[in-house]
Amino acid sequence: MAFTSAVITFPGSNCDRDMAVAIEKVCGGTVHRVWHGDADLPEGLDFIALPGGFSYGDYLRSGAMAACSPVMQAVVRAAERGVTVLGVCNGFQVLTEAGLLPGALMRNAGIRFVCRDVALTVENNQSLFTAGYDAGQQITIPVAHHDGNFFADDATLDRIEGEGRVAFRYAEAVNGSARNIAGVLGDRGNVLGMMPHPERMIEGAHGGTDGRALFESVVRGLVSA
Amino acid sequence: MKVRVLVTLKNGVLDPQGRAIHHALEGLGFDGVNDVRAGRVIELDVADSTSDEALDDMCRKLLANMVIENYRIEKAA
Repeated sequence: MAFTSAVITFPGSNCDRDMAVAIEKVCGGTVHRVWHGDADLPEGLDFIALPGGFSYGDYLRSGAMAACSPVMQAVVRAAERGVTVLGVCNGFQVLTEAGLLPGALMRNAGIRFVCRDVALTVENNQSLFTAGYDAGQQITIPVAHHDGNFFADDATLDRIEGEGRVAFRYAEAVNGSARNIAGVLGDRGNVLGMMPHPERMIEGAHGGTDGRALFESVVRGLVSA
Repeated sequence: MKVRVLVTLKNGVLDPQGRAIHHALEGLGFDGVNDVRAGRVIELDVADSTSDEALDDMCRKLLANMVIENYRIEKAA
């Protein structure tokens, strides 16, 4: 069966096209583009991606308004049914605001917007999203965000670390994130939120291809499942 | 009914904006500022019949992020 995915576009999303291109090139299959006001998702989705950007102008809090949009009710239901969901950058913020992932993304500790390639360590390579990496592998993926400072209370941090839900960690100081967490898995492993942009590292012209393995992992995981 | 919602960061949550404001105040020569915490004020005009429970619900579901923020509701007399 052909791989079927959807990229959600909110008003103010700006990485939706890059995400769709990355999925098309690496995963293949059919990529649906879905508008935030749609209350229903296309049938038979294997994979949903929430892209980066500044949905609703980051009003109130980054991701807060998008989390209330009609399409997000459908995304939450799909995630609960076990559909694979990836949120990158603003998409990660939306997933925390929607309650699909723990914690919150706050203003970068250094106040400044950070836009550069960063080194990440693959903490857990047993997940649906990271099986194509080696455990402890260091990869390079760009970040571009103002609100990427991951916060959760100590009990929550201990729990997600204990459950192997830290997918990626920054290998350098980037934004003040608690325990340098860059990417977090949901409690059932089918949801991943991360601030770095894997869709911006999938071909040589991007300066590297370290993001490819994430999309390859998703396809392989779903085919073998 | 006018309602004012004050949203503030929880104690112990680092506030980079507050810290930057603090730094700027010192730069302007204001001494003796011990700490600065930045928050948000949201003013609502709601039906008089709006219950306290409904206001709480609004704060918990949208106006504040309970992971990092507290809120206080003030009703205009």
